[in-house]
Amino acid sequence: MNKRIQIGSAFLAAFPYTIPIFAGFVFLGIAYGIYMNSLGFSAIYPILMSLFIFAGSMEFVAANFLLAGFNPMNALFLTLMVNARHLFYGLSMLDLYKGTGKKKFYLIYGLCDESFSINYTVNAPKGIDKGWFMFFVTMLNHLYWVIGATIGGLFGSLVKFNTEGLEFVMTALFVVIFIEQWMKEKKHHSALAGLGLSALSLIFFGGSDFIIPAMIAILGVLTLFRKPLEKVEVAA
Amino acid sequence: MTMSVAQQIIMIAMVVLGTMLTRFLPFVLFPAGKPTPDYIRYLGKVLPSAVLGLLIIYCFKDVSFLSGSHGIPELIGVAVVALLHFWKKKMLLSMAGGTIAYMLLVQLVF
Repeated sequence: MNKRIQIGSAFLAAFPYTIPIFAGFVFLGIAYGIYMNSLGFSAIYPILMSLFIFAGSMEFVAANFLLAGFNPMNALFLTLMVNARHLFYGLSMLDLYKGTGKKKFYLIYGLCDESFSINYTVNAPKGIDKGWFMFFVTMLNHLYWVIGATIGGLFGSLVKFNTEGLEFVMTALFVVIFIEQWMKEKKHHSALAGLGLSALSLIFFGGSDFIIPAMIAILGVLTLFRKPLEKVEVAA
Repeated sequence: MTMSVAQQIIMIAMVVLGTMLTRFLPFVLFPAGKPTPDYIRYLGKVLPSAVLGLLIIYCFKDVSFLSGSHGIPELIGVAVVALLHFWKKKMLLSMAGGTIAYMLLVQLVF
């Protein structure tokens, strides 16, 4: 198969998996653009920030940084805290991203929640190059987000129909992906630990501070029970 | 806006830098050319399921269970998604069903 056809078929294979993200990102992107607009920023801000930062929740926070006053170190540390979960995505993708060549840089650059969950759980169809498949999943997601932010920034004030609740599409996506992963694995210790420890952490620490304690708890429990869990892995 | 454009660019650059640090660090620490330590390989295997669980909870971070609608529309929405998915196993159907149910609940009921 020549290279062009190979790349084209990877694009066609990747596209259907990104349709739900299209709905979610265009909507959230528009919401983000409208939000920036309402804070008094011109459309160029959401466009460039969605292009370069490409981390949804962080961009809403970043808008507040811009209003709060010049404090770069504070911005850096808060970003590290909010986005610390990406560290776990990276550790999970170490093997899958191996051998993807020059695409690897962009794959890591665009490793957002949605790209991670699709690329980790979906096996590329037979005969499709996994590297290009993951590349297009990442790129399409990125594109949807920028399109949404652009529309929102430019025309945000004109949206009239009631979109309240549409943002739930992202929660729905994560639930579906969690179930897909659940049905794939024989033992659910790790999934249950992630769900339970994060829920406990949310109850104890509250919405804005729960991620880091949850990550530490997950890491701690998975490390503590490495021996029995590894047996499960080998048996599975 | 009190900041100059240059200051704004620096602020945005810091957010980009912070985000990229969290994404690139694992790949910098454990390059493909060198054998990855056993412990890290183990984490790479067991972490994803746990992180997907964390992501679901993350979606609930701004839901107030003690006031307002007590998170009921969110829980019903998740239940609809899960039931549809265990039943039909069609990704788009499960997501559309759950999202529409949620939108109806927050717009018309709660």
